[in-house]
Amino acid sequence: MPEEMSAVASNPAKTMKRLFNHVMKLYKFHMLGVIICIIISVICNAQGTMFMKTLIDDHIVPLVASSKPNYSGLAGAIRDVAVFYTIGVVSMFLSERLMVYIGKGTLRDIRKELFDHMERLPVKYFDTHSHGDIMSIYTNDVDTLSQIIAQGIPQIVDCVLSIITALVCMITLSIPLTLATIIVVVVMMIVTGKVGGQSGNYFMKRQNNIGAMDGYIEEMISGQKVVKIFGHENECKEGFKQLNEQLFESDYQAEKFASMIGPINTQLGNLSYVICVVVGGLLALNGIGTLTLGKLTSFLTFNKNFNMPIIQISMIFNAVVMSFAGAQRVFGLLDEEIEADDGYVTLVVAEEKNGKLVESNKEYTGKWAWKHLHQDTGETTYVPLLGNVVFDGVDFGYDDEKMVLHDIKLEAKPGQKIALVGSTGAGKTTITNLINRFYDIQDGKIRYDGININKIKKADLRRSLGIVLQDTHLFTTTVKENIRYGNLDATDEQIKEAARLSNAHSFIKHLSDGYDTLLQGEGSSLSQGQRQLLAIARAAVANPPVLILDEATSSIDTRTERLVQDGMDKLMEGRTTFVIAHRLSTVRNSDCIIVLEHGRIIEMGNHEELIQRKGKYYQLYTGMAA
Amino acid sequence: MKGNYSENKKMLSILGKHLTGFKKESILTPCFMVLEVSMEMIIPLMMASIVDKGVNAGNMNHIFKMGFCMVLVAIAALYGGVMGGRCSAKASSGLAKNIRSAMYDNIQTFSFANIDKFSTAGLITRMTTDINNVQNAYQMILRNTVHAIISVISAISVVLIINAKLAKVYIGAAIVLIVIMAVILPKSKKYFSCVFPKYDELNESIKENITAIRVVKSFVREDYEKERFSKANNGLYKMFVKAESLFALGNPVMRAVMYVSIMIISWVGAKMVVNSELTTGELMSTFTYCMNILMSLLTLSAIVATLTMSVVSAKRIAEVLDEKTTLKNTQNPVMEIKDGSICFENVSFKYHEGANDRVLKDINLKINAGETIGIIGATGSSKSTLANVITRIYDVTEGSVKIGGVDVRDYDLEVLRNEVTVVLQQNVLFTGTILDNLRWGNKEATEEECIRVCEIACADDFIRSFEDGYHTYLERGGVNLSGGQKQRICIARALLKNPKILIMDDSTSAVDTATDAKIRKALKDNHSLGIEGNRNHEATYIIIAQRISSVMSADRIIVMEDGAVNGFGTHEELLASNEIYKEIYELQTGGGGDFDERSDD
Repeated sequence: MPEEMSAVASNPAKTMKRLFNHVMKLYKFHMLGVIICIIISVICNAQGTMFMKTLIDDHIVPLVASSKPNYSGLAGAIRDVAVFYTIGVVSMFLSERLMVYIGKGTLRDIRKELFDHMERLPVKYFDTHSHGDIMSIYTNDVDTLSQIIAQGIPQIVDCVLSIITALVCMITLSIPLTLATIIVVVVMMIVTGKVGGQSGNYFMKRQNNIGAMDGYIEEMISGQKVVKIFGHENECKEGFKQLNEQLFESDYQAEKFASMIGPINTQLGNLSYVICVVVGGLLALNGIGTLTLGKLTSFLTFNKNFNMPIIQISMIFNAVVMSFAGAQRVFGLLDEEIEADDGYVTLVVAEEKNGKLVESNKEYTGKWAWKHLHQDTGETTYVPLLGNVVFDGVDFGYDDEKMVLHDIKLEAKPGQKIALVGSTGAGKTTITNLINRFYDIQDGKIRYDGININKIKKADLRRSLGIVLQDTHLFTTTVKENIRYGNLDATDEQIKEAARLSNAHSFIKHLSDGYDTLLQGEGSSLSQGQRQLLAIARAAVANPPVLILDEATSSIDTRTERLVQDGMDKLMEGRTTFVIAHRLSTVRNSDCIIVLEHGRIIEMGNHEELIQRKGKYYQLYTGMAA
Repeated sequence: MKGNYSENKKMLSILGKHLTGFKKESILTPCFMVLEVSMEMIIPLMMASIVDKGVNAGNMNHIFKMGFCMVLVAIAALYGGVMGGRCSAKASSGLAKNIRSAMYDNIQTFSFANIDKFSTAGLITRMTTDINNVQNAYQMILRNTVHAIISVISAISVVLIINAKLAKVYIGAAIVLIVIMAVILPKSKKYFSCVFPKYDELNESIKENITAIRVVKSFVREDYEKERFSKANNGLYKMFVKAESLFALGNPVMRAVMYVSIMIISWVGAKMVVNSELTTGELMSTFTYCMNILMSLLTLSAIVATLTMSVVSAKRIAEVLDEKTTLKNTQNPVMEIKDGSICFENVSFKYHEGANDRVLKDINLKINAGETIGIIGATGSSKSTLANVITRIYDVTEGSVKIGGVDVRDYDLEVLRNEVTVVLQQNVLFTGTILDNLRWGNKEATEEECIRVCEIACADDFIRSFEDGYHTYLERGGVNLSGGQKQRICIARALLKNPKILIMDDSTSAVDTATDAKIRKALKDNHSLGIEGNRNHEATYIIIAQRISSVMSADRIIVMEDGAVNGFGTHEELLASNEIYKEIYELQTGGGGDFDERSDD
């Protein structure tokens, strides 16, 4: 992770441009509005300042001089300036209001984009990244962006306007003094870059430290039960303390350097004033150049007006730097390569017309077909969805160096029940990970109804497969919605039907709000077995032609399982089913039992055949009996 | 806001406690800020002097003298500014560090009821985003607030010295501003209080999607999830816009008030000048200070905005810090557990006070020290809950659980958990090597001892088959291990603790029957569990299982049904008298048994 990070970090300009593009993409007109409002507000403000200068010369002095002072002129002037002030305040309000939309809107968009992108990342990403660290991108890193967008951008616009005005005035007054002023500004920039760079490094470190800490907290809170049972609280505190110290150190250093910039530049600004007054005084008094004492006085005012906004910008430098650190992590996630999908074969609702299978425009016919547009001939064929799965010489490894499956050859005919048995780590779950293309194979072919699964659109492929995993994941919503997850169009009746099928209905009935009971914390209020029953109901409601049951009933007791069994048998009826289980009853009546060892198929056949062969299966079987 | 005064005070005192070690910096920062501000107040006077007496009078000597003085003053201001920044950085980072550590320590004492209350994602947000808000606020208070307040006060004082009548206008303006702020802030605070729970919800949904990505992808629910997220995200956005739109009023209002003041002063001031109550120079400097006041008030309004947000955060932090664990240690805890006998007396349990269903119903049991007890029963028959109340993962609602004749609630929690160990159904291993994970059971265990327990748990063989053996690094809680392998490491880890009571909660469910039997036999042979015989007690084993073969050989077996004890006796007794037991037995031995994995040899 850190390497990826520094690769992005090496190009802050690019990051900035990207962030800017992000804002501009959707908020071009808002932004334009903000800039116009700021310009108006700056002009009005200037009018106000002008008024204070003219107040004395144009109004007070004549009033003092006259014996019968007439205040109507003054009143008129105040009325005029009131108009400017009002416009200024209104445009300021508008710009601030628009900035809220831009700032919060961009955050919303970035969060959405992150989430959308994350949903498209391959399973591998989640298997290889700390979940706490991913979370931290959404919380801490996105948060830092709000600072720069909401405060930084308007301030920069405001400052740039002031700087340009002051610069133009300074040049007309004295070029040498302007140069002196600019030289000091260059020094300010160098100092800001140096100190800010230091601060930036620490900010980056800090964001990473926060990510690491989040990961630690997440792991420890999730494993709290074990922590408590082993009385490991103190060790956890110790581990946390270390991470906390690291975070404190980078945090302190980052803030320390960041807070230096303001005072240093302010005083450099004062130094610039002194240099100009000394040099200007010498020039004017000795009559060198065209500088007069009057011009010098005005110049000094502009020197202040010029330095002030630069100091202000430099002071928000740390916020900018921090946002970059956050932005880089955000873009780091956005740059993660999404799950590739070159599939073009799609799953369509089909019906038979004149003995030929064609695409149907009905919503449901009970028949599906693979719509296959042959790239070479340009002709479209419809292959009925049957659930025939063939592995042909499949090799696979999670990384290219270490293969975990070797030369897997198997065929599951439509409606067959295939059981995968073997020791842990033999590669049973891996095989199921390949059918739904969570991972892609290195060599060989997997065919689904005769079509290479690489040609099938992933979404359609997965829609045709129902999977029940050993680790059940439930979502924070009602029981009903959790089951409906399998098929969003399912009616309440269908949901109850599926729950009855999986025997979940009886316990759901007893929950406080029945099917409307809200599950929280991934259904932590349910037992592992109850959660599995819900997961089975979820797969049942999806009604797919191929089922993969990965230890789907491991936490359900045998008595309940027997009750579920009827439902499960009904569920499996007519479907191709891959079963990974360690219960004999589940395995024995399979059409084909595949014995895996070290990623290779060592035996294959039905129960009787394998018993007769007296090989590994026989050993396992009798071992159990012993 | 006034109504919350005492609440706020309490919150401040909770947070204030965590300044330990950084008090010096907290006090020094304002001092340095006073130095910086006072130097900054002098500089404009010097600039005026340079212009009036130096440039306009053509006095080069004065320019040099004043310029030199200015450089000195600037250096002093620089020193004050840099040191102030440094101290405030240290103080605020330190405060954050202390709060984080206090929060984490307190979370460690939490019961599951406590954790459920906040949710994991909620706790993480509180420990990061909220602390960050408070840290920023604290730094601002120390640095900018002091700076701005001193500026305002000194500017008003100077005006007061120049002309008391004009100063009244500023004081009036300040009062108007305070009133307006007092109206806006409580309102926006209300919005912010709503924003944070929404924010927690959003994060919870992100977390769910990360952990359950396989389910999302299997059911091709990416678009559905995106839409769900988008809805929550939009809701949050709307709330934020509402809250911040109120803040957006702050700056314009501030400016409007100052503009009105300027206009009043122009009018009143002009008349005063005409009536010779004021000089034009004095009027001009009044305007200068007006800008000064405006700038400082702008800073203050930004600070107040940050503070408002951080008050909500501070409250959320205080909630965690203030949360008392629902599991309390007694006043005079019993520090020693005599033996591993367990006694349930009329035990009932509910998850929440208000829950109508009792999860455990009037349980009465007597288990002798050194016995091996099997527990069998249907899913949801509360087998695990029975174990959970022994180890005080939850406390019983009624009745009492006694170990060695003493109520479990009377023991010191650490002593209790040291002597009573559970191997859970869901295996949690932690990032680190296998050896690190094993040593959770006993920090001082030698490698030999670790290997010995792994042999008992039938884990030694497969661990040795790994390239790095016992030093294999388990990534993120052992994603690289299979369920059965994890379970066996968990058993070994528990054995290393050498407890008086060992509860195995379906902890061999992913292990094949043959290995399961082997583990049970090894446990029996090592019944005293004494690693190298260093302890001489007979451990009580409680085996919760679904496999009849796992519990069959136990001394006695408890049959659970619907939260109550349905039968308790030996295998033979139960087979003869207990319907449920008989049914399970016949089901599993008649070809319904378990099968598949075998140890990796």
